[in-house]
Amino acid sequence: MVDIFSNLILGFSVALKPIYLLYCFVGVMLGTLVGVLPGIGALATIAMLLPFTFNLPPVASLIMLAGIYYGAQYGGSTTSILVNIPGETTSVVTCLDGYQMARQGRAGPALGIAALGSFFAGCVATLIIVFFGPPLAEAALKFQQAEYFSLMLLGLIGAVVLAHGSLLKAIAMVFLGLLLGLVGTDVYTGTARFNFGIQELYDGIGFVPPAIGLFGFAEIIANMELKGKIEVFTTKVQRLMPTRADFKAAWKAVLRGTAVGSLLGILPGGGALLSSFVSYTVEKKVARDPSRFGKGAIEGVAGPESANNAGAQTSFIPLLTLGIPGNAVMAMMVGAMMIQGIAPGPRVMTERPDLFWGLIASMWIGNMMLVVLNLPLIGMWIRLLTIPYRLLFPAILLFCCIGTYSINNSALDMIVAAGFGVLGYFFRKLECEPAPMVLGFILGPMMEENLRRAMLLSRGDPTVFLTRPISLGILTAALLLLLLTVIPAIRRKREEAFKE
Amino acid sequence: MIAMLEARNYSMGTAARMGPGYLPYILGGILILLGLMISARSLWLGGEAIEPIVLRPLLLVTISVVAFTFMVGPLGLVLATLALVVISSLGGFEFRLREVFLLYVVLVALAVGLFVYILSVSFRVWPQW
Repeated sequence: MVDIFSNLILGFSVALKPIYLLYCFVGVMLGTLVGVLPGIGALATIAMLLPFTFNLPPVASLIMLAGIYYGAQYGGSTTSILVNIPGETTSVVTCLDGYQMARQGRAGPALGIAALGSFFAGCVATLIIVFFGPPLAEAALKFQQAEYFSLMLLGLIGAVVLAHGSLLKAIAMVFLGLLLGLVGTDVYTGTARFNFGIQELYDGIGFVPPAIGLFGFAEIIANMELKGKIEVFTTKVQRLMPTRADFKAAWKAVLRGTAVGSLLGILPGGGALLSSFVSYTVEKKVARDPSRFGKGAIEGVAGPESANNAGAQTSFIPLLTLGIPGNAVMAMMVGAMMIQGIAPGPRVMTERPDLFWGLIASMWIGNMMLVVLNLPLIGMWIRLLTIPYRLLFPAILLFCCIGTYSINNSALDMIVAAGFGVLGYFFRKLECEPAPMVLGFILGPMMEENLRRAMLLSRGDPTVFLTRPISLGILTAALLLLLLTVIPAIRRKREEAFKE
Repeated sequence: MIAMLEARNYSMGTAARMGPGYLPYILGGILILLGLMISARSLWLGGEAIEPIVLRPLLLVTISVVAFTFMVGPLGLVLATLALVVISSLGGFEFRLREVFLLYVVLVALAVGLFVYILSVSFRVWPQW
């Protein structure tokens, strides 16, 4: 306990430095901005900004990027409620009841409960990281190659199981990602693989161009097809405070959403997106009168919005303690850490306590800023929504291009990004989720290295994965997860959960 | 229209050598298998129709990015941005010249100010005479 307090004090002493406060503010501000704007998500924004964080101090860079992720969870709800278009994929379910509430003239309470629920969830999630981070990191110090390989396998299986849409397609996407991750020079023998004679590909494909292509360009192209006029409730949003009856109806949903989000965020393959979907299903299940859902039930806003924020924050736990990204956004954070020369993993906590605890403290501060940004200043964001998309997308496109190009002034990077943009567009049409692919892409080289090193150390004996207890445990968990999806009853439920 | 998912069959995995090629070989094999399974299933069960593909935004956005790529090096940010904004705007369904021009002016000012002066990213701003 004493430890935790002294650590927290350290964290706040770092996070409260004016310079870090500033970056935290910039992060949550940008997060809200891209959250509100449909057609650009946290993932593309983080990818875009990565090259520019090179010159920042490491703490500042992580604080800012983290702020973008959870900030986007706040902003996304605004668009969902007012326009019936998710500003962020994680707010898709908020559209269902949030927009209905807005049509009934209750946009204010919907926005209010979304922000307050998110704030509560953010605080709880921060506490969870504080309490569970250190013991996990300690356990992780005992991990060897075999354990890491098993853990990454679990992560990939999680990503497949929890991806929505066809299971088979998700598996194919993971493998495609793994394969793409292997492009470049082999670590052990120096043999070049899949470079098609292109010099630049010897180093492999960087992770920014594909991410920009898949989540930036493809998203823009797909959005340009939607021509329909958008109806925005710009009529003065009055009375942001939910009524006492609203609070009474929503507080349990907030609690449940926070619990669901915190749990699913930690799971490999989980994160904000999944949390919001599951939370909505849970709310519908426990409601006394499920037919109210889809017609403006405040629980349908409070639950998912709390869940996505909790999930966004707890998904930092596997990253900070094990060094393994649980979802595509965390994969970007790995990139951000590597740019700064920090190897993600359990040692971060002991070697860079200022970074670890500073980041956590900044999350709490960031959540406070977000409540202020999203409630009193809501008018500003609403005005932003009235900007037509034809003016927005060239701007987004330009920032994506500049971001990608400035990584290493390489024309090839841009072509790769453009290629992935086209690819991403077709993936969309074929209903293939790009997120599992990105995860496979990032984990691919790490997995290969750990697999081969483990095999080398065990002299080619594959049972090493089964004889080491932790590795065995993780593999069992992975197997169980896989089995779960095959069992018809659960499979049906999974489909149900993603239908909405 | 039956879902055509054959596009997923990237058979790049098999060009491999022993040792370093071990994993890619296996992965490539699995991927081909999966691709076949998906296409077989959709042919058999006749999946839902794929949404129509709208070529105009797809082509013009991609072209605009490629144009930006090749112009930004030799010709500088100002001209490359012009190409990007105009070509990609043509991909939209409404094109108003004045609006696009205004947008361009604002964006160029923003891009040059923010990236070149504040973040000091090394870009050539104007063409080299």
